Amino acid sequence: MPETGLVLLVGISGSGKSTFAARHFLPTQVVSSDVCRGLVADDPNDQAATPDAFAVLDFIVATRLRRGLLTVVDATNVQKAARAQLVRLAKDHDVLVDAVVLDVPEAEAVRRNAARPDRTFGSHVVTRQHRDLRRSLKGLRREGFRRVHVLDGVEEIESVSIGRERSWNDRRDHTGPFDVIGDVHGCAGELRTLLTTLGYAVRDDGAHHPDGRTAVFVGDLVDRGPDTPGVLRLVMGMVAAGDALCVAGNHEAKLVRALKGADVQVTHGLKESLEQLAAEPAELRAAAQQFMDGLISHYVLDDGRLVVAHAGLKEAYHGRSSARVRSFALYGDTTGETDELGLPVRYPWAQEYRGSAAVVHGHTPVPRAEWVNNTICLDTGVVFGGALTALRYPERELVAVPAEREWYAPVRPVAAEGAAVAGAPRVPGTLRLDDVVGTRWLESTHAGRVKVPEENAAAALEVMSRFAVDPRWLVYLPPTMAPAPTSEVEGYLEHPSEAFAAYARAGVTHVVCEEKHMGSRAIAVVCRDAAVAAGRFGLDDGTSGAVYTRTGRPFFSDRTQHEALVARVRDAVALLFDELDTDWVALDGELLPWSAKALGLIRDQYASVGAAARTALPVAGDLLAAATARGLDDTMTARLAELAGRTSRRLDHARAFRDAYARYCEPDAGHPLAPVERVRFAPFQVLAAEGRTLALEQPHAWHLDVLGRLVGAAGAFLTPTRSIAVDLASDTDRDAATRWWLDLTDARGAGGEGMVVKPAAVPGPDDRRVQPGLKVRGREYLRIIYGPDYTDALDVLRQRNLGRKQSLALREHGLGVDALAAFVAGEPLWRVHQLAFAVLALESEPVDPRL
Amino acid sequence: MPVLLTVTTTARDTGPTPGPATDLGYLLHKHPERVQQFTQSFGTATVFYPEADDARCTAAVLLEIDPVRLARTRGRDSPDFSLGQYVNDRPYAASSLLGVAVADVFSTARAGRCAARQELADHPIPLEIRIPVLPCRGGPDIAHRLFEPLGWSVTALPVPLDPAFPEWGDSRYVDLTITGHLRLADALGQLHVLLPVLDEAKHYWQGTDEIDKLLRSGGDWLTTHPERELVARRYLARTTLTRAALARLAELDDGLEEGRDTGPDDVPAEVADPRRVPLAALRRDAVVRALLDVGAESVIDLGCGGGALLRALVGEHRFTRIAGVDVSSRSLEQAARVLRLESMSERQAERVTLFQGALTYEDQRLGGYDAAVLMEVVEHVDPSRLAALEHVVLGAAAPASVVVTTPNAEYNVRYEELTGMRHPDHRFEWTRAEFAAWCDRVAGAHGYTVELRGIGEPDETLGAPTQMGVFTRG
Repeated sequence: MPETGLVLLVGISGSGKSTFAARHFLPTQVVSSDVCRGLVADDPNDQAATPDAFAVLDFIVATRLRRGLLTVVDATNVQKAARAQLVRLAKDHDVLVDAVVLDVPEAEAVRRNAARPDRTFGSHVVTRQHRDLRRSLKGLRREGFRRVHVLDGVEEIESVSIGRERSWNDRRDHTGPFDVIGDVHGCAGELRTLLTTLGYAVRDDGAHHPDGRTAVFVGDLVDRGPDTPGVLRLVMGMVAAGDALCVAGNHEAKLVRALKGADVQVTHGLKESLEQLAAEPAELRAAAQQFMDGLISHYVLDDGRLVVAHAGLKEAYHGRSSARVRSFALYGDTTGETDELGLPVRYPWAQEYRGSAAVVHGHTPVPRAEWVNNTICLDTGVVFGGALTALRYPERELVAVPAEREWYAPVRPVAAEGAAVAGAPRVPGTLRLDDVVGTRWLESTHAGRVKVPEENAAAALEVMSRFAVDPRWLVYLPPTMAPAPTSEVEGYLEHPSEAFAAYARAGVTHVVCEEKHMGSRAIAVVCRDAAVAAGRFGLDDGTSGAVYTRTGRPFFSDRTQHEALVARVRDAVALLFDELDTDWVALDGELLPWSAKALGLIRDQYASVGAAARTALPVAGDLLAAATARGLDDTMTARLAELAGRTSRRLDHARAFRDAYARYCEPDAGHPLAPVERVRFAPFQVLAAEGRTLALEQPHAWHLDVLGRLVGAAGAFLTPTRSIAVDLASDTDRDAATRWWLDLTDARGAGGEGMVVKPAAVPGPDDRRVQPGLKVRGREYLRIIYGPDYTDALDVLRQRNLGRKQSLALREHGLGVDALAAFVAGEPLWRVHQLAFAVLALESEPVDPRL
Repeated sequence: MPVLLTVTTTARDTGPTPGPATDLGYLLHKHPERVQQFTQSFGTATVFYPEADDARCTAAVLLEIDPVRLARTRGRDSPDFSLGQYVNDRPYAASSLLGVAVADVFSTARAGRCAARQELADHPIPLEIRIPVLPCRGGPDIAHRLFEPLGWSVTALPVPLDPAFPEWGDSRYVDLTITGHLRLADALGQLHVLLPVLDEAKHYWQGTDEIDKLLRSGGDWLTTHPERELVARRYLARTTLTRAALARLAELDDGLEEGRDTGPDDVPAEVADPRRVPLAALRRDAVVRALLDVGAESVIDLGCGGGALLRALVGEHRFTRIAGVDVSSRSLEQAARVLRLESMSERQAERVTLFQGALTYEDQRLGGYDAAVLMEVVEHVDPSRLAALEHVVLGAAAPASVVVTTPNAEYNVRYEELTGMRHPDHRFEWTRAEFAAWCDRVAGAHGYTVELRGIGEPDETLGAPTQMGVFTRG
């Protein structure tokens, strides 16, 4: 029996189907009509409920088949119409269907039914079923089953054992490494050169790679070119020796039909093949015919991560078997129309591809091989004078050798082939709504399974689509960060000692403390020039970078200002292009001053609180003083004194609060320079560059060193990020860092926001639960967060709960670096966007915003 | 800490109830020689008298609010779960909290009762009420408009935000003093209603019931108040969960939540001339006419906003299937209300679908309609994202007809008060030539022909205020 697909049990009531199913299959694999009847009628024998019961049964079967699960139908299935419905379901889902007939004597079945109190129907029912079964047995094999297994009699049913065979296209066990080779079309010389370049030892009738690599041919070995027999001899030898796999192309299919004598049009280079093969010995012709006839339509390789099919294959068809799957794999998703040159119009299935398996194919000549949504076409038209291209997998490197000459004139220039694709030309910035909305679970490499609830996705969609920069720039969104566990140090809510203790508990031995700038978080993605933006990011609007906020907004809504900011960042970090050998770079940092971006918030919220307190408290003080001066009795005077004391202390707090926010503001009015000329950038991490997800590869010391060297060269625009390294085992180090933090945050000194403590080493795969950073905010800065009088309420505030924040920080961090890594790896836009979008969605979760 | 209000009266030498200023003690039911404290759910109110003699007597209410405690009384899922909940002006600025405290502390006086001297409560007396920090959205002008019709003379001094940053301007507070000759009960009743109205903060803790109650307590003076509509409107601040999520996102950017642009109907420049039919109405009519002209039976309104066009579409029986799409869930809620979707008959409701979508994302649900409308939508899309919108609407959904309207930038000079674009969220506004070029390019690329029209009374040289393109496939 197949490992996946559908199995129909066929047998009369009392033939032992349920017992048989229970013995050979998992309970969840078996869908029983009796159970379904019970589900819809509370009575498994209520025959009136049969139509509804089968509607439920069909639905379950269809859902399981769509999900690729082996499914066994436990129903009598003695009538042809009932079987036809299930066979149709199997075909609809492109899976194979087997029938297992349990043929027991009628008398035995009647006897068994009589022993069961719930089987109240008379023996005439069984008699009728038996008659139906007998009538069915003859034609059963022609009803669309791959195989029909008839088990004759009780003994055979009891003793049979069931083996499972995987389908021919299932080569998940083969993990490569592979060299997938595009359409050869009889270009034997180029094929030998390519195989040699790839490191194969090439003979006339085979080729072997010393490292055990396997070549995979995408089909269309034949036709048009100068030496189809030579290509076949070589490839057949490789396949026979296990050095290669080969899938069928449409040209092989047609050549086989021609060789078998079918009446086919001798066009598109078939003539060349037939003539060349006619000159070969008959044995080769026979072997070639047999070889090509036996080619299957596609392979699923490397644990399902790689699919090879001649014309590509949509995800629903991976590993499936049916005529239409074969047709798709050989001819593509054709619309049935032909264009003005008589060539079939093809539907751009790859644009909609969202599968996790890489689909490597050929069939449509393209000027150069390019990844589209994790699919790639390797047909670079060698026979038309282009090149023969191979993809090294899993390395994902392309290797191509040019054609020795144009062997065959193309019907249309290869460069224009893309136009043969139906529908609109490729719009690289287009995403699908169902990539992002609705409640979804994301499989994240660095955060595990992450749930994005629907309402958060809805809020993110609004922000993303109305305000965010072009999604092609959004290769990353910064995660939230948890504060260090709450401190019990007198007068402090947060203190370095707790961050050190937390990391020590997590097994971290060394940390880096980085100054936390009080500005606005900024992600800068900058390219050398607009041409790089077009080539690498797919943006052709003339922009060459973006600087955006935590929610993906551009820092300046005015385009000129925004571009000026991008240019300033590029100039400041230009040295990195050569140093990192890249044409683009993504940076994480802080844009200063705070007031550049947050002025609205400062005025509306912080300055308003300051103004209200500054005005109300002195008036209250005056009134209390006046009342005190009236000379009321002692009790009343004492009450007034207490109130006056409190009022006076709170005025001090209010002034401290005002100073705390004002420290991060710079006067704006009448300034001769435009806002963009006045901002400063404080980068603290080089997130990524071409081919490198540096956020995952390099320790923080490296980032600070690289960026620190830029600061000196870039003048006032770049602000350094000060830091101090701490060996957690050293009390001296801890004390020094604590003093450093106290100086940094002192109200009379720098009055800084605080610091971020991060593990010094690059986290390993087992460190997924270790916070990527813990912030320790200064005592005065926290007045902005918790209110002017928070120092009077520390006992209450210490009850704050950090659990949700910590969990959110880990999830967002994981998704963020996933997005970066996906972009660096050249994964499709929708995948990168899905991850960055998820960060934004999670950011809208209700977590205590003061943390 | 303290929210402050003082009530002062002076000696009455003549009139029906002559007497010393210290009668205020009887009226308020609070002894001038005492300092009394009253516990409220959100803090403590202290009543004391900074001055109390025959000529002049002042009672002060000092409300101490503990913001930490105030925040903790609300749940984590409270709609305004944002930083503003913790760092806010409630502890300093008069608001509905003060209103509640005053109503409680002076409940006898507010009810107009005075056990010892009922005639004092029944008659107007000279009053001076000062609130040093009164949140007053709209500035001193609003304070004048609300209090003067009630017989008060008003002094409202703006409070600057921060003297070190003069360019920041004034805060939303005024230092308010009102003087007049009123019954004390009336004065307190008015304050109770008007304090939250002036504040216009989010009244998240007030259910609809409470609002009704408060409006009822306004009594006669509110129903005849020339600004009664302003009062009622300012009560109707509602929040939803999605909005709360949006507010949190805005906060991440150190920004403030931007109200959804309510669409072209709110553009001040366009409603400047009351003698004309509003441009928004002309535009709706023109779009509906264009849809009827192309014979559309099913229509999808892309960027439907609050549902103004949808309402017009529902009223036209030729349209058998109508969909409204917007990216803002708040707009969709509003549209559902405008259409009275919940009370529609099943048959009627089946005609209409509303769903969230973004026009830069491909979406199968956008397909299958005879016509799509992009009414005053494209100008809200960043130029770099227009190609995606074009692909999604004309390439993927590809209805037989598409109606696009957008402002005519040339006409803007006719709006005298307008500086910049017609709406702060507009990413661009096109001249007629620019719109025509875009229409031609897009129509050509996707196999449509396009016809251009103007909407609104055209200017000889500048053209019509709104431009419309009607795209037809094939």
